[in-house]
Amino acid sequence: MMRGPGRAGRAGLVVIWSAIVMTMNACGGDERYRAASETTGGDPARGKLAIERYGCGGCHNIPGIATARSHVGPPLTAMAARMYVAGEITNTPANMESWILHPRAIEPHTAMPDTGVTDIDARDITAYLYTLR
Amino acid sequence: MSHTLQSALDPAGRQASLIYHLWLTMFWVTAAVFIVVAAAIAVAVIIGRRGRHDASQHPSEFTLSTAVVAAVAATVGILFVLLAVSVRTQNAITSFGQASAISISITGHQWWWEVEYEDAQASQRVTTANEIHIPIARPVVFKVSSHDVIHSFWVPNLHGKRDLVPGITTAIWLQADRPGTYRGQCAEFCGRQHAHMGFEVVAESQAEFDRWLDGQRQTAAQPQNDQERRGETVFVTGRCSMCHKVRGTEAYGTVGPDLTHIASRRTLAAGSIPNARGHLAGWIVDPQSVKPGNVMPRSPLPPDDLQALVAYLEILR
Repeated sequence: MMRGPGRAGRAGLVVIWSAIVMTMNACGGDERYRAASETTGGDPARGKLAIERYGCGGCHNIPGIATARSHVGPPLTAMAARMYVAGEITNTPANMESWILHPRAIEPHTAMPDTGVTDIDARDITAYLYTLR
Repeated sequence: MSHTLQSALDPAGRQASLIYHLWLTMFWVTAAVFIVVAAAIAVAVIIGRRGRHDASQHPSEFTLSTAVVAAVAATVGILFVLLAVSVRTQNAITSFGQASAISISITGHQWWWEVEYEDAQASQRVTTANEIHIPIARPVVFKVSSHDVIHSFWVPNLHGKRDLVPGITTAIWLQADRPGTYRGQCAEFCGRQHAHMGFEVVAESQAEFDRWLDGQRQTAAQPQNDQERRGETVFVTGRCSMCHKVRGTEAYGTVGPDLTHIASRRTLAAGSIPNARGHLAGWIVDPQSVKPGNVMPRSPLPPDDLQALVAYLEILR
C-alpha cells in the first residue's frame, strides 16, 4: 500500500520551509529596499537597472549586479555603511548623487567619467547603493 | 525599431521561414509517432499483464512478425517522407534569388566579428564590427571565413548556421522581410569567450540602410575641442592604434575592430555590454574583467587621458 509522507516527514518539510522563509527575512531584501528608498527618495529596483545600463559595472564590483565584477575602481560593497564617498565628501544621499552625476566637480583628477546619468537615475542608483550594508 | 527575441521559431525572413516550417512538419510528425508508440506500449503492458498466466492468450508468431514488419515499414516510410521534405526545403533555400544581392564578407576572430561591405570601388568599401545592417526585402550574401579557429555564424530569426572555417570562404544567402534588430551569435565552441561572441543584424528600409552605409563610408569625425583633441592624440600616439584603425587618422592597426564609427554601434565587445560611457571606460582600462582571455590588454591610462579618450571615442559616430 502506498503511504504519503508520515507525520515526521511533514514536520521536517515545515521546518525546512520555515528555515528558508526566515533566511530570506534575515537577508531582508524588501526591508532593505524600503529603508533605502525612504533614506534617499529613490527607487532601488530602478536604480539596479540604471546601474546595468550606464555600465557602473565596467569599473566597480557591485553586490547584486551579476555583470559588475570589475576591479578598475573601488568595490561598492557595504556602500551604505561607508563614511566617505571618494575619500572627499561625507556619505550622504545628496553627496552620493552629486558624485554620481559629476565626479570631476568633486575630485578634479578622478578617472571616473561623467557617465551622462540623469538626476532621477542618480537618485535611483543612490537608492540601490544604500541597500548595500 | 523592434528588438526581437533571438529564436528560430520567430522567423523574420525567407530562409528562416522555410526552416521554421520544416521544423513544424518534423515536430508534428514525430509528436504523432511518439503518441502512437506510447499508446502501443501502454496496450502491450495492459494485455501482457492480463494474459500473464494464460498461454492461449499469447498472440501467434505470425501476428507478432506482421506487427514488427508493419512498424519497420512505417518508420522507413516516414523517414523517407521527412528526408524528401528536408531536401525540398534545402533546395528552396539555396536556389533562392541571387541577383542584385548585397555582398558582405564576415571574418570570425576570437571573439568578435569583422564585417566588410564589398564594393567594386575600394574607396566605397566599409569595414565595421559586430553590427551588421541590411536592407529588408533584398537578398544579402555573406561570404564567411575565419581568422583563427572554427566559428559559426548564426542569426536564428533569419537563417540556419554556417561554419566559418579558416582558409575557406563559403557563402550564405539570406533575406530579412521584417524590419527589426536580430541577435546572432557564434554557434561553434571557439574558446574561452565563445559565449561572449555575439552580434546584431539591423534590418531596415533601403533608405535607412543607404543612409547608414553612407555614414560608415565617411572618415572619422574631427575633434572639436581640447578634450577631444587630447583624446585623439592619446588614441593615435598611444597603444590603441597598434591594434585599431580609425580611418582619417594615423591609427591603422588591424588586429582589433575598426573603430572609425564606434559610437554608432549599439554594443561593445561583440554584444557583451551596451555602448554606454561607463561600460566603454571600464572596457578600455580593464577589458580582462569583462571578457577574460581576450587579446585586448589592460591599459591603466592616467585619468585625464582616459577621460579625453572616452570623449574622443564618443564623437566617432
